Amino acid sequence: MGQFIRLKKGFTINLLGKASPKVVETEQPETFVLKPTDFQGLYIPKPVVNVGDTVKAGSPLFHDKRHESVLYTSPVSGEVVEVKRGEKRKLLEIKILADKTIEHLPFKKYSVSEIANLSVVAIKEQMLKSGVWPSLVQRPYGIVADPAVTPKAIHISAFDSHPLAPDYNILFKGQDQFFQIGVDILKKLTSGAVHVNTHAASEISTVFSQVKGAEVNKFTGQHPVGCVGVQIHHIDPINKGDIVWTINPLGVIQLGKLFANGVYDASRLVALTGSEVKNPQYYKTYTGASVKNFIENNLNNDHVRVISGNPLTGSAIGKDGYVGFFDHQISVLPEGDYYEFIGWITPGARKLSFQRALGLFSFLSPNKERVVDTNTHGEPRAFVQTGIFEQVTPMDVLPTQLLKSILAEDIDEMEALGIYEVIEEDLALCEFVDVSKHKVQEIVRDGLELVRNS
Amino acid sequence: MNFLRNQLDKVKHSFEKGGKLEKYFYAYEALETFLFAPNTTNGEKGSQIRDAIDLKRLMMTVIVAMIPCLLFGIWNVGHQHFLAIGQPDAALGDKILIGSLQVIPIIVVSYGVGLGIEFVFAILRKHPINEGFLVTGMLIPLVMPPGIPLWQVGVATAFAVIIGKEAFGGTGMNVVNIALTARAFLYFAYPTDMSGSVWTYLGDAKAVAAYSGATPLSLGADAATSGANVVASLNSFGAGWNEGVFTLSNLFIGLRPGSIGETSTLMCLIGAFILIATGVGSWKIIVSVFGGAYAMGLLLNLLGGNAYMEMPAHYHLVIGGLAFGAVFMATDPVTASHTETGKWFYGLLIGMLTVLIRVFNPAYPEGIMLAILLMNIFAPLIDYFVVGANKKRRLQRATV
Repeated sequence: MGQFIRLKKGFTINLLGKASPKVVETEQPETFVLKPTDFQGLYIPKPVVNVGDTVKAGSPLFHDKRHESVLYTSPVSGEVVEVKRGEKRKLLEIKILADKTIEHLPFKKYSVSEIANLSVVAIKEQMLKSGVWPSLVQRPYGIVADPAVTPKAIHISAFDSHPLAPDYNILFKGQDQFFQIGVDILKKLTSGAVHVNTHAASEISTVFSQVKGAEVNKFTGQHPVGCVGVQIHHIDPINKGDIVWTINPLGVIQLGKLFANGVYDASRLVALTGSEVKNPQYYKTYTGASVKNFIENNLNNDHVRVISGNPLTGSAIGKDGYVGFFDHQISVLPEGDYYEFIGWITPGARKLSFQRALGLFSFLSPNKERVVDTNTHGEPRAFVQTGIFEQVTPMDVLPTQLLKSILAEDIDEMEALGIYEVIEEDLALCEFVDVSKHKVQEIVRDGLELVRNS
Repeated sequence: MNFLRNQLDKVKHSFEKGGKLEKYFYAYEALETFLFAPNTTNGEKGSQIRDAIDLKRLMMTVIVAMIPCLLFGIWNVGHQHFLAIGQPDAALGDKILIGSLQVIPIIVVSYGVGLGIEFVFAILRKHPINEGFLVTGMLIPLVMPPGIPLWQVGVATAFAVIIGKEAFGGTGMNVVNIALTARAFLYFAYPTDMSGSVWTYLGDAKAVAAYSGATPLSLGADAATSGANVVASLNSFGAGWNEGVFTLSNLFIGLRPGSIGETSTLMCLIGAFILIATGVGSWKIIVSVFGGAYAMGLLLNLLGGNAYMEMPAHYHLVIGGLAFGAVFMATDPVTASHTETGKWFYGLLIGMLTVLIRVFNPAYPEGIMLAILLMNIFAPLIDYFVVGANKKRRLQRATV
């Protein structure tokens, strides 16, 4: 039986521009990319294709020099048109000009009874070469899972509590069968349980509620309740030496499709959200899609920031950017590069704040959807305020002390304070509420890398 | 607004890198960001949106919370002045005028000296000017006696900012509360100027014959040796110039001589309400300081021993600067305990130590100042234990 966990701390950022429950099939984008930078912990990503090569969906595009068995494969079929490198020849992205109809590289197909009898070796082999493996993320560090390891548990967060988050009931509608197969396979990869963590308050899709063989846990509370790291902390926390894997539901479904249909199916829904979008809705596309087609003629104004992912943890990609590997969401927010006359004191319920200091009234109407721009609303300062990070961190972790230990590069202290239990997204709200405007997520990543490489 | 913006933009280049006044960039920046919230946006990675709060707004909230104390203090300085010189019927306007003439220069000196030093350090060390002094600059005048010479305010402020803060690395790094450092500096450097009749501003006028500069704290300390009932001597004090000045209700409202902003428990409670409602001040600290003082008072009542120990515990909450210290000094987030559990212990110990120092150490009648300074030093130790407990839980979990 799963657990029921109620979180009291946190803050759900309520923004204008949530996607309406409508799925649109427009003309597919011409190009798709796979970005090695979407994956944490790669040593040196090495392309295995050249410009001009033709690939199928599931053909390898690159691999990491340290883990050559893990292949990162093309989401679509077509022609490689660009291998983009940055400073020091670092591989940044591989761009594919997509075919009109997608052809899949065939992998071995199994019947349900065959899947039940599959060996771990056979499962891993097929996962590694097809491109579904990188969906498995290892905690600690939030890096691509190491195939040589057997994790103590596998966790799947079945909802998203980030600002403007897409509704998983829409994203994964009708995928019950594949999700089940995926869970069945995952169970073979861990020595412990597969946990499916659902939201107790909202309607749970049958994809998750009817799944067999997994622990279905229920959560309630404010963001970051949907972050899988927070969920793990409450179900079965990560101690020093533990390895746990996480995977998002899409990864599980792709895994199911790989074995049931014998293809790497990178088709997915992406929610276009944000206050600057005319028609926020869902689009049917593939992993790594260009956002150009979706936002063209669909914006309220031109001075915007286009974000792959949500406004709290996403990355700015520009109007002709591409959606990241792990993102189900594009957010378009007003760019905040304006001066505001005595903006540090002007009152208003319009300004969103977790806090209640002088002139900030947004706490009076928490259910109002607000427009928030990308302005920093202040300048970087020393740590002054205390106690506020703790209010948005529903874990037995002391965020201020942890962050300071990272800044001091004190590895023993980081370990003792629980760095293994967090990645950037778990503490992203601290970055939002911080009066002193620290780059909390960057600090957390620096700390993780420091510990990992020590 | 556009005019201002244009003027700023016009001169900005000379302060930027390579400009003639490059050194003074942070001075320019302080002015610019004071007039206009900056146009900086969040980075490409990490949080793309930020809370609307910034340090300036946070500090401003504390200043607003101090305004009741300040306004009451200005009036009270005038009020006490006229009572002491035997003109109890002076007009309201006169009282405010006398009070303003006395208090405003102190505020100007405090801000002038403090901000001046902050600017110099910011320019020398090439870092932006932190807003911490906005609050400190107001706290210092409020804990000064009304008759203090301005040069002493200046010297104390300079000492506190340079030795108390900048020596430790500036805002956010200081170990002890800056405003209390200023007060303690005066207390120990100029002890004769910080006792006797300084608690009432007399100016050139002469006090009436019956006037006495004693405070409730000193009356209590006297009672400890003479054995007189403290409440009785408080109630009968002031005969001939300010009848009933130390009655319980008067002490609560603050109609008594004392430091400019600390006399009124009522005004401090209004400030506490603002701080707690806005979430800027820690309610845990405020509540536990009062609680600790009251509990210690009760404990001393139980033990008995001398007349001061037998003074009803609730008197401790309204005499001296306990309320002001609890609300505005103990809650300074930089020098207080940083952990939420630690804040309870920190506050409780401040309250208890305050009463202990008052009752058992007649050499230092004002216990709250020393209690807070002492606990500032001990706050990291409290945090050490709270953080240690967190680490221990994690370690135990791993071995089970």
